[in-house]
Amino acid sequence: MSIRGKAAIVGVGISEHGEVPGWSHFELMAQAVERACADAGLKSKDIDGLFCAITPANLPVSMVSEYLGLQPKVLEGTMLGGSSFVNYLSWAALALDAGLCEVALITYGSNARSSKRRPGGDPVPYEAPYAPRLVDGYAMAAARHMHQYGTTREHLAEVAVAARKWAQLNPKAMMRDPLSIEDALKSRMIADPLTLLDCCLITDGAGAIIMTRSDRAKDFPSKPVYVLGTAAEHSHMQIAQMPDMTVTAAARSGPRAFDMAGLTPADMDVAMLYDAFTINTILFLEDLGFCKKGEGGAFVAGGGIAPGGRLAVNTNGGGLSCLHPGMYGIFLIAEAATQLRGTAGDRQITGAKTAVIHGNGGTLSTQVTAVLGTAETL
Amino acid sequence: MSDKAAAAPIANPGPDLIYQDALAAGSFKIQRCDACQSHIFYPRHLCPHCGSAKISWVAASGKGTVYSTTMIRQRPEAGGNKNLCVVELAEGPRLMSRVEGIAAEEVKIGLAVTAEITGKDDEPKYIVFRAGSPS
Repeated sequence: MSIRGKAAIVGVGISEHGEVPGWSHFELMAQAVERACADAGLKSKDIDGLFCAITPANLPVSMVSEYLGLQPKVLEGTMLGGSSFVNYLSWAALALDAGLCEVALITYGSNARSSKRRPGGDPVPYEAPYAPRLVDGYAMAAARHMHQYGTTREHLAEVAVAARKWAQLNPKAMMRDPLSIEDALKSRMIADPLTLLDCCLITDGAGAIIMTRSDRAKDFPSKPVYVLGTAAEHSHMQIAQMPDMTVTAAARSGPRAFDMAGLTPADMDVAMLYDAFTINTILFLEDLGFCKKGEGGAFVAGGGIAPGGRLAVNTNGGGLSCLHPGMYGIFLIAEAATQLRGTAGDRQITGAKTAVIHGNGGTLSTQVTAVLGTAETL
Repeated sequence: MSDKAAAAPIANPGPDLIYQDALAAGSFKIQRCDACQSHIFYPRHLCPHCGSAKISWVAASGKGTVYSTTMIRQRPEAGGNKNLCVVELAEGPRLMSRVEGIAAEEVKIGLAVTAEITGKDDEPKYIVFRAGSPS
């Protein structure tokens, strides 16, 4: 059985983001829900399926239900880190298709920037003595990729510059000043080979996505965006346990999601790839099959993923230049849906009908891929 | 720590404690699966390769190679730049660690390293590496 085309996104909401002092993570989340409901023409009381992750929170799904005054029949909060929200697309589609709920909400909120809280979970006993920061595992993946495939710091800088060029087309993006390859290369080194500009932003912000069964989706104000394929995979939790630091589990989730959708990477009009660090984009382009292993650097070179390049990647400006409030996955869905509705303004990909979303969690640990499409792709 | 020191010895410790106790006694031990012969690190109750619970402890060779590495950039007043790496043991498994005794800039992928037990007196011990093969 497949969930291809069984459910659709009918509401999208993003809160104020960037720097939003004086707002808690629950308040920002509720603002995103308010906007998603307005977008879908629904009341929050219509929501009867809740899929969320939010930190810090004790019993996050219960807290969000209480905060919004909901009594959901489906309460789901599997924690996969930043990829959690892409994963919820699968479970929301399944629950809707099975009739367990009628209106599913996927949501997330964070005030990481204003609160100065930094992402991090339980101490990992066999890593703790060495005091790694989140960036360090990604830096070692980048170092290994360079060692095996000759990827360069210029290739990493291309990813940062492409994200900035897309951000310059998005009035809501946080970082819109011009950025050159030279600027990126000169940026302060944080964890070799990654500089400050190879790292995502830390912002405030929240997102909300509303889904229904496809048979109802045409009754909503906006063009429905259908879930065509999804797949989640995992390869490790601690970076030292990653079987090959140059190959993520996206190499398994990607083909499964594309198979379910009946589409290939070559069919994609937009790719939203979780860019917590510049190396991520290169790894996911390879692992999802947009190019061969080791050729991600060449793929992004010369503006390959910038506006006007060979593939439209991270059209909102990504985690690198638009927003990144801790667990960014929900914003991948929001941007893909916006592109497929045709409402992305200056950054709109003309006639976009298909999008691949790829979420990442932990330290390249959890990998979740989803393929979305317009009604023409059903 | 005083609470722990006062506690009675545990009759049948789990893998984490066996590992820590060995380190405290000056021995770096890793596991080997009796069923599939794979070496295992970090210590576990079930073999992550085949699922067997029949696992033995063996002395680690202490030999390894740097699989990947980074330099944690820090201001001098915060302790200066520091190495962080993942070492592949000669037996196969990898662990996070750091190479000590040479400048962080000199730690490269492929460097041959040797394990050493470290840690403050009243704290759990852990493994670091030094450049070079065992003497």
